[in-house]
Amino acid sequence: MSVIDKSEKKVLMISGVVIGLFIFSILYAKDKYQSDVPECIPFDKAYTEPRINQIDEKTFQVFSVASMWQFEPSEIYIPVGSEVDFYLSSKDVVHGFNITEKNVNMMAVYGNINKTTVRFDEPGVYKITCHEYCGVGHENMQAEVIVHQPQTK
Amino acid sequence: MQVSRSLKKVIFWLLGIPVTLLILGIYHGLMQTIYRAGFLNDSSFLKIEYFQGLTLHGVINAIVLTTFFAVAFGHACMTFFLKREPNKKAMWISFWLMVIGTGLAAWAMLAGKASVLYTFYPPLKGHPFFYLGTALIIVGSWIPLFDWARMYREWRRENPTTKIPLAVLGTLVNFIIWFVCTLAVAYEVLVLLLPWSMGMADINVTLARTLFWFFGHALVYFWLLPAYIMFYVMLPKLAGGKLYSDLAGRIALFLFLLFSIPVGVHHQFSDPSIGQNIKFFQGLLTYGVTIPSFITAFTIAASLEYAGVKRGSKGLFGWMKKLPYLDTNNFMFAYLIAGLILFIFGGLTGIVNASYSLNNVIHNTSWLPGHFHMTVAGPVFLAIIGMSTYLYAKMSGKKIFLPKVNVIIPYLWMIGVLIFSTGLMWGGLIGEPRRTNLGMTYLNPKHELFTPEWVPTTMLALLGGIIMFIAAMLFIVVFFGTIFRKSKLEAVLELPYSEAYHDEKRIPLFDRFKPWLVTMAIIIVIAYTPALYDAVTNPGPKAPRFTPANPVPDLLKIKK
Repeated sequence: MSVIDKSEKKVLMISGVVIGLFIFSILYAKDKYQSDVPECIPFDKAYTEPRINQIDEKTFQVFSVASMWQFEPSEIYIPVGSEVDFYLSSKDVVHGFNITEKNVNMMAVYGNINKTTVRFDEPGVYKITCHEYCGVGHENMQAEVIVHQPQTK
Repeated sequence: MQVSRSLKKVIFWLLGIPVTLLILGIYHGLMQTIYRAGFLNDSSFLKIEYFQGLTLHGVINAIVLTTFFAVAFGHACMTFFLKREPNKKAMWISFWLMVIGTGLAAWAMLAGKASVLYTFYPPLKGHPFFYLGTALIIVGSWIPLFDWARMYREWRRENPTTKIPLAVLGTLVNFIIWFVCTLAVAYEVLVLLLPWSMGMADINVTLARTLFWFFGHALVYFWLLPAYIMFYVMLPKLAGGKLYSDLAGRIALFLFLLFSIPVGVHHQFSDPSIGQNIKFFQGLLTYGVTIPSFITAFTIAASLEYAGVKRGSKGLFGWMKKLPYLDTNNFMFAYLIAGLILFIFGGLTGIVNASYSLNNVIHNTSWLPGHFHMTVAGPVFLAIIGMSTYLYAKMSGKKIFLPKVNVIIPYLWMIGVLIFSTGLMWGGLIGEPRRTNLGMTYLNPKHELFTPEWVPTTMLALLGGIIMFIAAMLFIVVFFGTIFRKSKLEAVLELPYSEAYHDEKRIPLFDRFKPWLVTMAIIIVIAYTPALYDAVTNPGPKAPRFTPANPVPDLLKIKK
């Protein structure tokens, strides 16, 4: 008699197939929806100054700086269809940076730069919520991305 | 078997101390659901702050309770299955280190000087005693491993060709994982955090976080493996059947040894300064750790089916109806089966978390505590409290206080957790953050940040939280009620253990540690060298100290 019985063999095979399917789905989604975890870039002091850079009509760089207990800039106005590179850093403790509707999810860490890219195709107000405990003012720490229709002139 | 007074005393204290502290830990669990649902719009209640309470909740429930229990249960398993006792001196030194460590950390938390949560991420600073206390708990829990290894070697000399008992294998595997993973957190605490918290050095935050998660994911298996030992060794017997395959248990345990540690970076998918490739690679390795869980799911279900059939069940699913769910003399079955049911959902949601970019959807939202309350507050917690009552009653020769209540507790808890976790996970999917005193702003109708979408989700969590609280308090009554009874039975150390349905012949590979330890080391080096390299090279300046109420840092005390 073999060590593994028939139903055990079947279960191992099914498990293998299921895991294979999961991994395939991850790779497929990563490719199709351009969804990825934040990018890894080395620290650069130039990224820690809060500001918004407009590269062209629909392309922005937002240098977001988290501190106890605010994000700077706290209101980010961009036109519909914009692509935004967020560069995130922290002045003090660890903060979170979550835009639920756009699946933007990053940690802001002192001495580190986090980066992700996201497109805003729908107009509206997108809340940026701090989702890591950062001291007594944590539950006040929210900012906004305001995506508006470009003015027709 | 009869055991010495000293061993009994150690085990009783190791069980009793965390259960006593649990009253405080569980209270703060309930309080959070009340704050979060918006019924408290304040930063503190009865002079204990929200985040102080959250720190107590995490440290007591997830570190003190689990570690004390793992050592107590380890002593019991090693003694019972190897028929010899641990060294008395080593046992007591380990005990006192853990107790002193708990005392130091408890003082720091209760004095409000370490509201840094149980992950204690720098540069938010806690009192040095908090870090020192944590380190002592860990170091204290290392000592038994070396003594148990001695017991195992003695037994092996006497029994060179007998398969190592499954419970002993599980205990040793668990503590080897624990020893290796805690080396990283001991380094973090003693070399990075202690000097930093005393103002003697600044800190590389990403390195500290990476070392923490080297430990942090293996920690969850350290919580889980005592429950796995009970599932494999005891549950089939308690159900009235046999373990479907003995070898499956051994394979699962060795796979845990390989894959528990080199997956920690999947907690840092959202972190800066760590490369996407290494994140993806450790995400893949995380799927490796699902294999032993799939094997376990099948083997335990097959064992339970066998038990049901033996009890005369009919049809494909009839065995589910025949199991001893409410047998008061066999209450461990109830605790273990309720935990297993929760673990089905806990395991599945865990796979979601590990799935690389899916992490963007749920990272640090309330989905996360929703998930892990179905693991650590599911099979782990139920196995721990059930076995605490069981071991105490057997070893003291006492009858269970309120046996009918005792057998209902796990199901009540299970229902509570299911409701609670549904609320949290639903909230997480619509952006509700974890670790946040929602009652102050987001769930306060008078505040400009009020977010009505989170009302139903936090209400569900509150309802579940209340049910969990009631179940836990009933357990406290049963446990202490049993302690205050008089001894009427013979006091013995006795653990249920199952025969195997497929008792495969001994395969040397699955009966020795060396090849597995070598493979474990190789995988860890491959998985963690690039992560640690990134954590050292990519970050810029090191961070000074911050306290929760003050954005202005404490700078270095000694200027270099």
